Amino acid sequence: MSVIALENVSRWYHNVVAVNDVSMTIGPGVTGLLGPNGAGKSTLISLMSGFLAPSAGSVTLDGKRLWRNPEIYRVIGLVPEREALFDYLTGRQFVTANAELHRLPDPGAAAHHALAVVEMTDAQDRAISTYSKGMRQRVKMASALVHDPAVLLLDEPFNGMDPRQRMHLMELLRRMGAEGRTVLFSSHILEEVEQVARQIEVVVAGRHAASGDFGAIRRLMTDRPNRYVLRSSDDRALASALLTDPSVRGATLRTQGGLDVEASDFGRFAQVLPRLARDHSVRLLEVAPTDESLESVFAYLVSS
Amino acid sequence: MNATIVRLGVRAVLGRRRGIMLFILPVILILLAFVVRALAGEGTDTAGHLLPPLGLHVLLPLVALIAASSVLAPEIDDGSIVYLLAKPISRFTITSSKLVVALGCTVVFAVVPILIAGLILATGTPLLAVAYAVGALVAGTAYAALFTWLSALTRHAVVIGLIYVLLWEGLIGGLVSGVRWVSISWWASAIAEAVDDRLRLVSPDLGLPYAVIASVIVVAGFVLLAARRLQGFNLTGDE
Repeated sequence: MSVIALENVSRWYHNVVAVNDVSMTIGPGVTGLLGPNGAGKSTLISLMSGFLAPSAGSVTLDGKRLWRNPEIYRVIGLVPEREALFDYLTGRQFVTANAELHRLPDPGAAAHHALAVVEMTDAQDRAISTYSKGMRQRVKMASALVHDPAVLLLDEPFNGMDPRQRMHLMELLRRMGAEGRTVLFSSHILEEVEQVARQIEVVVAGRHAASGDFGAIRRLMTDRPNRYVLRSSDDRALASALLTDPSVRGATLRTQGGLDVEASDFGRFAQVLPRLARDHSVRLLEVAPTDESLESVFAYLVSS
Repeated sequence: MNATIVRLGVRAVLGRRRGIMLFILPVILILLAFVVRALAGEGTDTAGHLLPPLGLHVLLPLVALIAASSVLAPEIDDGSIVYLLAKPISRFTITSSKLVVALGCTVVFAVVPILIAGLILATGTPLLAVAYAVGALVAGTAYAALFTWLSALTRHAVVIGLIYVLLWEGLIGGLVSGVRWVSISWWASAIAEAVDDRLRLVSPDLGLPYAVIASVIVVAGFVLLAARRLQGFNLTGDE
């Protein structure tokens, strides 16, 4: 049972702040690190894997300092985001070399096992340079698992994977978590994270924006005010009908036609809108969300 | 030293296109030795005219630069060094293993060819060839350590290394005698001179003890500096 603890951690590069006063504890099980691109996820994973010094605060693994402490890699397996591997080796040679570097008693057997876990046994004797993106990802995974680490850190592991490979990796991560390992992976896709992780840590613009069970995060994200542009056969009648429902916070007529609507409860609004339109004999011509971008979702989380 | 890192390092150097240069450069030196011998005849003078400028001041540092930079720089550049660093191995072990590979290449592709070229040019006086080779071995070690550190320090290691070799070791060292005190290839000459005292390569004040001590300090210093640099390796790139 290993625990990574960040206490008031900040990291800045000259005058750019990448991580701003973040405190979080990552324990056994699968944790998803969720945030838009550039939010500081990779910086956090670098800090947690001993490849970056915090500018302020402390990052520890079971109470031990991570920075400039190679001994921690006995318990940490790291899957970096970058694609580069030792392309001139075969998958098997690469994973075996990793096992040797860990000074495992039987590197060949450990590599064989790790490659089997990621289902790369068939392609293990091909040069890495011939691998697809998904296969590279799996070989990286095997190299991180070869010493059976208690902590597994993965930076955007689902990037570039096809749906089948994605399913397989999700299953693998779930299993690792169920075995009591501390598994942390980063992603910018909520759906991806909530399929695997019970615990979600959200970072936005270097700040720790939310933390908790995936259900709570999901509610936070879907219950935020949503804005839509509607066009209908009678905007004014529709507006007055919508305002009678508690899920609608506001409705404004657009000068060029159409209606801006702000809804506070996405689920309810989606049910109420067609019913109200039908009851008032209004034809809906267009319903379009105006700020569905992930950034706006995260921006809302930060402000709340 | 770590056998796995050495093995991976050898494959990294010889597996790259740059590795071909390692084969071509010594072949040129040996061919030139044959040509010069055919034209000017065998003798210590012929050897003295060809080996220091071409062997010690050009081939040796170039080979060390190519070997040291291909053993470390590409891995740092593309981030794959992280697979070596994310292991419970001291950074000093990683650096010295990399240095062993760079040095091995320098011996095979520079020191041995200098010995062969020496024997071709001065067949009658084999001690002369040995003297040059010993000097080359010490200087090669110092160069390998210097360029290993340079590769860990900057992605422009090859360019900076070339400028250093051509300007400092080559041009300025030849013109300004004071520079010889801080020039690796001139220490090599001093050591060669000590092995075979018929050689008159450097001003006599730069003696053997100084050359040996300076070389040892350079090797130890740059290995430690390179290890320190890897200790501070940032996964997300340097600021």
